Amino acid sequence: MSYERDELHSSSGASAVGIVRGGETLKQHRDRVLAMTRSSGHYAGLDALTFRDEEPIRYNKLFSRLRAGVVDARETAKKIAASPIVEQEGELCFTLYNAAGDAIVTSTGIIIHVGTMGAAIKYMIENDWESNPGVNDKDIFCNNDSLIGNVHPCDIHTIVPIFWEGKLVGWVGGVTHVIDTGSVGPGSMSTGQVQRFGDGYSITCRKIGANDTLFRDWLHESQRMVRTTRYWMLDERTRVAGCHMIRDMVEELIRDEGIESYWKFCYEAVEHSKRGLHARIKAMTIPGKYRQVGFVDVPYKHEDVRVPSDFAKVDTIMHTPSEIEIRGDGTWRLDFDGATRWGWHTYNAHQVSFTSGIWVMMTQSLIPSEMINDGAAYGTEFRLPKGTWMNPDDRRVAFSYAWHFLVSSWTALWRGLSRSYFGRGYLEEVNAGNANTSNWLQGGGFNQYDEIHAVNSFECAANGVGASAFGDGISHAAAIWNPEGDMGDMEIWELAEPLIYLGRQIKASSGGSGKYRGGSGWESLRMVWNAKDWTMFFMGNGHISSDWGLMGGFPAASGYRFCAHDTGLEALIEAGEPIPLGGDVDPGDRAYEKLIPEARVKRDKQAITTEEMYKDYDLYLNTMKGGPGFGDPLDRDPLMVASDIEEGHILPRFAEKIYGVVVSEEADGHRVDAEATQVCRQKMREERLARAIPTSEWMKEERERILNKDATTQVQQMFASSFQLSQRFLDEFRAFWELPESWELREEELGIPHYGSHYHMDLSELPDVRTVTLVDEE
Amino acid sequence: MSYERTKIADLIDGTIDPETLHKMLSTPKDEEWFETYLEILQERVPWEDRIILPLGPRLYIVQEQGTHRWVIKSQAGHVFCDYRENWKLHAVIYVRESQEQLNEIYPELMAPSSGWQTIREYYCPLSGDLLDVEAPTAWYPVIHDFEPDIETFYRDWLGLEVPERAAG
Repeated sequence: MSYERDELHSSSGASAVGIVRGGETLKQHRDRVLAMTRSSGHYAGLDALTFRDEEPIRYNKLFSRLRAGVVDARETAKKIAASPIVEQEGELCFTLYNAAGDAIVTSTGIIIHVGTMGAAIKYMIENDWESNPGVNDKDIFCNNDSLIGNVHPCDIHTIVPIFWEGKLVGWVGGVTHVIDTGSVGPGSMSTGQVQRFGDGYSITCRKIGANDTLFRDWLHESQRMVRTTRYWMLDERTRVAGCHMIRDMVEELIRDEGIESYWKFCYEAVEHSKRGLHARIKAMTIPGKYRQVGFVDVPYKHEDVRVPSDFAKVDTIMHTPSEIEIRGDGTWRLDFDGATRWGWHTYNAHQVSFTSGIWVMMTQSLIPSEMINDGAAYGTEFRLPKGTWMNPDDRRVAFSYAWHFLVSSWTALWRGLSRSYFGRGYLEEVNAGNANTSNWLQGGGFNQYDEIHAVNSFECAANGVGASAFGDGISHAAAIWNPEGDMGDMEIWELAEPLIYLGRQIKASSGGSGKYRGGSGWESLRMVWNAKDWTMFFMGNGHISSDWGLMGGFPAASGYRFCAHDTGLEALIEAGEPIPLGGDVDPGDRAYEKLIPEARVKRDKQAITTEEMYKDYDLYLNTMKGGPGFGDPLDRDPLMVASDIEEGHILPRFAEKIYGVVVSEEADGHRVDAEATQVCRQKMREERLARAIPTSEWMKEERERILNKDATTQVQQMFASSFQLSQRFLDEFRAFWELPESWELREEELGIPHYGSHYHMDLSELPDVRTVTLVDEE
Repeated sequence: MSYERTKIADLIDGTIDPETLHKMLSTPKDEEWFETYLEILQERVPWEDRIILPLGPRLYIVQEQGTHRWVIKSQAGHVFCDYRENWKLHAVIYVRESQEQLNEIYPELMAPSSGWQTIREYYCPLSGDLLDVEAPTAWYPVIHDFEPDIETFYRDWLGLEVPERAAG
């Protein structure tokens, strides 16, 4: 079907009296765009990009103006915010959508929301917001509902329709990550709740303003629904200002270039981007099938995870196997068959956040384009089985820290893509994986300004990057969810949090070992100061390292917690005695404890906790993860190992133990003994072979363990959950291990609660609700 | 954008200069790159089999000299299996499962916890080179991570002649 102007903006029926340019209703318009996409295989039926092909300079001029406009709006608006999450870390993003709710251009920042704000617009379209509450010029809508596509409730969307000559021609959305949503615990990604009802303030595409003015009832209600009112209100002004800047910019562009050109661009840009994805797949990858898997721990049995429901007090493991199929025509399909069920914690995700976030990754290697829009989503087939944690079938699920599972799943996709890049020789694109972006220091109470406060330190917006195939991963530099990672200035965090820095340094041996080392994480030691009725908690991976290595590289280190109460620091400081300063260099040394022997210390692998009381002079160690490694550590340049010791990237003992490098500490630094290193490495290779057995032999032993159901409860629960959702996964498991057909594993036999395994109720079952499904979920 | 052979060799050796590296990352890929890449690698392996696709720094799909079978082969010369099979099933393995084994390669408290995660090291049986590391739970099947469609890649994507492959 050719691109004809009147096909996309004229009325499709005589009775239509809709608000969209041409006279269609929003629903009619979206239905027609989807129908034309389905029937033609091209977005909106655009088998030819006539505007781009016939007027390429004007087409690119429009793109450049729009892109510059959304980036400018982001940079300007973020200065309005007071929250360091927005102002320092850049946790905001603005996106422009066409009338059908499909993204056409987006700013820099947390671009996962290309999809999530679009999902909110699509929800409004599908559920006839047009007739009630009405969609008018200068309206303002707010959304943070994770059941319809948001990542987690702390990402607040402001959505403004754009009209031209009385008709709707598009939408603009702005999102910021707010510091608190009034959930059960303070901080934006809290852990204490196990259902959505404890996740905090939830807003479903609510009209919160008209005539460019926020409603008074909204202002009064929303400011008291969260702990950090001032940040909340200034964040909202940030979003509204950005949306209005972009709306003004679009109106000016239409005045300059004409509505016809703008309208054409709004649809051609999506098809253009879709074609660009397929071209890049052919240019960068290798056709075939890629399989990988991600895991992370949910250690809820521990006494320091205080949740309201007994049925949530179980240790479980998130499991996300994935298969990427790249076809000869450059199309691809990502299938997550076998993933575990959603759970009673705050780490569940909606299908839109799961898929949309993948574009954040892809923009960093596969599609490093400024034209990030819904074209890539239309160009990709996703299969996310219903009932899994990334496509829950129950409306009670909580989402506040969906990232715990998201980052731990996506890291595996890097490995798949990197096999492609390595095969083709694009070693510069290889990335062993991302780091698990944690720990999250969160908590609240009364701060140093005697106000009710919540904190969510975004220091972990700067973790280690996975190693590449040409060199080490970058240290303390990046977060998978924000391509502009930044740890923030200590001075700013000390203004925002009643926590003084006693140290901030590289976390030794946090990056995965390898020929090329994963980028190092780092750590901050914080002392509570001038806080009242204060609490904090930990949120991160402890028992499992979610970030494997690649092609012989080792996983990044996993996390742990250290905190100390009743430290006696006040007296030590007054007496001028030594106190803990700097990093917890070797956790096994317990160096901090030696200086505060009377303190009550928690130092263990329980890296997820709920609110715990703190008072002045208590300590909290915030450790950030490293990235995974690449290649055999015995192939690492010995001089790089010596440099690692000098710079604090590895503990000295691992030079020989892992890398086989013999070094001695001299007055002028660490010196490599090349000859001894060569001997050591040869010996290590021989030791490897001496301790190894053929994989086939090991498989016989492992099979016996499976037949005997010999594994920890959390491992068995993980498999049972996946088996229940996927007969295919069970069949493949049985086939691999040559198990009898009668072998099965059910949660019922494990002696732990399994609420939700049989009874569930989806959002779509509520009256008058039409959910939007964008993936294959069968 | 076309690069000198020495620059691709530098990339392989990890000695690439930052300026060229940035150019490689930020500009469209060079279509002749793959052939140059294979030529450089071919000169560096101690055997005569033709490299068809590199799978890792010391692992390749090759066309076996003489038989023309496509097999997976290590740098040291060990032939694992047909290129369509999972080579890890034909390797030798060492599994770290106890806390003591896991703590050998991480600082205390920074290793995965026993009972939650294992580390599987797959070695070349000839050299002891570490070719891959998996870090799944106990019981997890050995992952067949890559099944390339080499014919389509060579013929349709790169316009190259597909190396002869003996039936097998």
